[in-house]
Amino acid sequence: MAAGTQDWYNDKVVRQFAVMAVVWGVVGMAVGLFIAAQLVWPGLNFDTPWLTFSRLRPLHTNAVIFAFGGCGLFATSYYVVQRTCQVRLISDKLASFTFWGWQAVIVAAAITLPMGITASKEYAELEWPIDLLIAVVWICYAIVFFGTIAKRRQPHIYVANWFYGAFILTVAILHIVNSAEIPVSLTKSYPVYSGAVDAMVQWWYGHNAVGFFLTAGFLGMMYYFVPKQAGRPVYSYRLSIVHFWALISTYMWAGPHHLHYTALPDWTQTLGMVFSLILLAPSWGGMINGIMTCSGAWDKLRTDPILKFLVVAVSFYGMSTFEGPMMSIKTVNSLSHYTDWVIGHVHSGALGWVGMITIGSIYAFFPRLFGRPQLYSIRLVELHFWIATLGVVLYIVAMWAGGVMQGLMWRAVNPDGTLTYSFVETVAAMRPYYILRFLGGIMYLAGMIIMCYNLIRTVQQPHTVSAPSLIPGAARA
Amino acid sequence: MTWGWSLYIGILTILNMVALWWLLWWTGKPRKGMAKLGEEMDNTWDGDLKELNNPLPRWWLGMFHGAIVFSIIYLILFPGLGGFPGLLHWTSAKKYTHETTEAKQRFDPLYQHYYAMGVAALSKDDQALGTGRRLFLNNCAMCHGSDGGGMPGFPNLTDSEWLHGSTPERIEETILKGRTGAMPPWGPALGDEGVKQVATYVRSLSGQQVDQTVASAGKARYMTVCVACHGPEGKGNQMIGAPDLTNDIWLYGGSQGAIEASIRFGRTGQMPSWEQRLGKEKVRVLAAYVLSLHAPQNP
Repeated sequence: MAAGTQDWYNDKVVRQFAVMAVVWGVVGMAVGLFIAAQLVWPGLNFDTPWLTFSRLRPLHTNAVIFAFGGCGLFATSYYVVQRTCQVRLISDKLASFTFWGWQAVIVAAAITLPMGITASKEYAELEWPIDLLIAVVWICYAIVFFGTIAKRRQPHIYVANWFYGAFILTVAILHIVNSAEIPVSLTKSYPVYSGAVDAMVQWWYGHNAVGFFLTAGFLGMMYYFVPKQAGRPVYSYRLSIVHFWALISTYMWAGPHHLHYTALPDWTQTLGMVFSLILLAPSWGGMINGIMTCSGAWDKLRTDPILKFLVVAVSFYGMSTFEGPMMSIKTVNSLSHYTDWVIGHVHSGALGWVGMITIGSIYAFFPRLFGRPQLYSIRLVELHFWIATLGVVLYIVAMWAGGVMQGLMWRAVNPDGTLTYSFVETVAAMRPYYILRFLGGIMYLAGMIIMCYNLIRTVQQPHTVSAPSLIPGAARA
Repeated sequence: MTWGWSLYIGILTILNMVALWWLLWWTGKPRKGMAKLGEEMDNTWDGDLKELNNPLPRWWLGMFHGAIVFSIIYLILFPGLGGFPGLLHWTSAKKYTHETTEAKQRFDPLYQHYYAMGVAALSKDDQALGTGRRLFLNNCAMCHGSDGGGMPGFPNLTDSEWLHGSTPERIEETILKGRTGAMPPWGPALGDEGVKQVATYVRSLSGQQVDQTVASAGKARYMTVCVACHGPEGKGNQMIGAPDLTNDIWLYGGSQGAIEASIRFGRTGQMPSWEQRLGKEKVRVLAAYVLSLHAPQNP
């Protein structure tokens, strides 16, 4: 065998990130469940400042997006880039630094957010010292990733790596631009932007965080794990080119749809809306490529719950990316904005797409990463799949129905021109829907706990593969 | 917007649209050296990852082109391309003015009718009180409570205490112009002992059991610093919003500690002005509703 030890893939960092993705997934979703319960039973904040919804909500979003999603993206991108480039990561030390640095960011977030230390920008709440750490870790991530691509042994860069690359590069820019702030103390800073410009920068960041962190990165996951699991070639090379370039150029414009009917100038709102509408096409390009890759392997869907996770994730992706452009239409937005419909939309993307593609991918590579023959129990994966799917459906249906009702109640007007409902009446009317959402959340979290059990038992099995996988090209040579 | 910015935005937007079109055309056409349509491409990654060279789905292409065409038409009609206002000359400001004007035309006659009725008649008119209730719930309830019962710092509107008077005219004035309640801080002037004495005396005014020696010391001080606003008998003065101290109704709490805090640090209350937001007609309906809240206890 030509390959020496230095040619083995660095799977240690992948294992670390994969395990932490599951751990942070459970933590982040548990916090989400707790604040969902607070919306039904407000007394659950126990009049304790750090247990209030206002402080735990950003903890929930940061934990699920950047801790769960982030660790999942680090793990799979390191896994995929090594295998599709057939080289080891360029630096083990730097890769290890990204792991420990990212965990430090997460722990710092988990401490500072409940303390009420916040920059008050949605999905960018962390204060400036943590922002600096994020920037350093992210630049190192980019060095490791692009450095590995640069010394690949494959002439062509695999499509998954384009998406991971776009995600890494853009998130760096988004984070640095939106977090430009002037510190006044160790725990407080003010943004360099003000007024409508600040709002626009924030939602340029916010929507591209969805577009690049929660979409492009996970499309990278899709492009590796769907064809691997289905055992079929990617449906269309051409489609992957078009939807990649169209997606990244169009997403950049879509942010203003978060600021319809505000002080943002009309022209900005219009551009945000039309580019959001166009965005449907590139998004569905990705969905078509993911789902059609399974054609010729549909029978596997009956027996392989991992493939079920992946395919249902892509289906939710298609659904959310239809719903998003629709909600960006100003007329629809005037009903949906500020209601729980938005929460439903976000969670059909977050639980359905991001959650399930990550869960499926982790199930797919976990035994191989730990040198075990297979997962402890495929039946438990099947159980996880159904409980998670039903949980998502319950969650988003409750939020759609409740959100539309909420929007209609807010705009209902009496013949004398007064509002039909006071705000508190609309809050009371949401209660049944909040209970249903809470139940959906319980199911999704229960699935994650089943996953934990399954993965722990998987690792407890005896080693049968003596070492992490070799470079296939080298092994064949 | 300067024409430079306008051009920058317009050109970037159109360039992006054109680039999307070009991308669809360029990727759609067959190229030399590429696998035939529907067949596998040459490269293999990680042992078994391949790509098919399938054509772009026609329905999807149609959707993509349709979205671009729609967007261009929309950008011709509505403001979007920098400073170009769009052929329809639509603006959100115009839309707002149009909608508010329409609402005024629809609803103003009703409120003018109510205004002419006067507060006394309105407070006996069920329909007007229904309107008043909804106005109250959507504008006043966040401070005064859905039932008008108030909360610490926000006056209860259902009891017998009126800081600024209970005549229809005074209530209307309160809502229209707003009120600022200002109890100055006396801590530095009275000292800790003085604050304690005065608070004790104030409690005695509403019949609470207090230490008489402390209270009489407090009374002497009361008669020098508090009397100007609260009066010699502690009955207050509605002309300046000084509360009655004898009726055991407390805006900021009636315990020794709460009263000491009020004296030591002072209190500032702020009722905002609603004239701009609601207009005098709706305020009159609100005043009638507020009076009706009060009526059962004070016929």
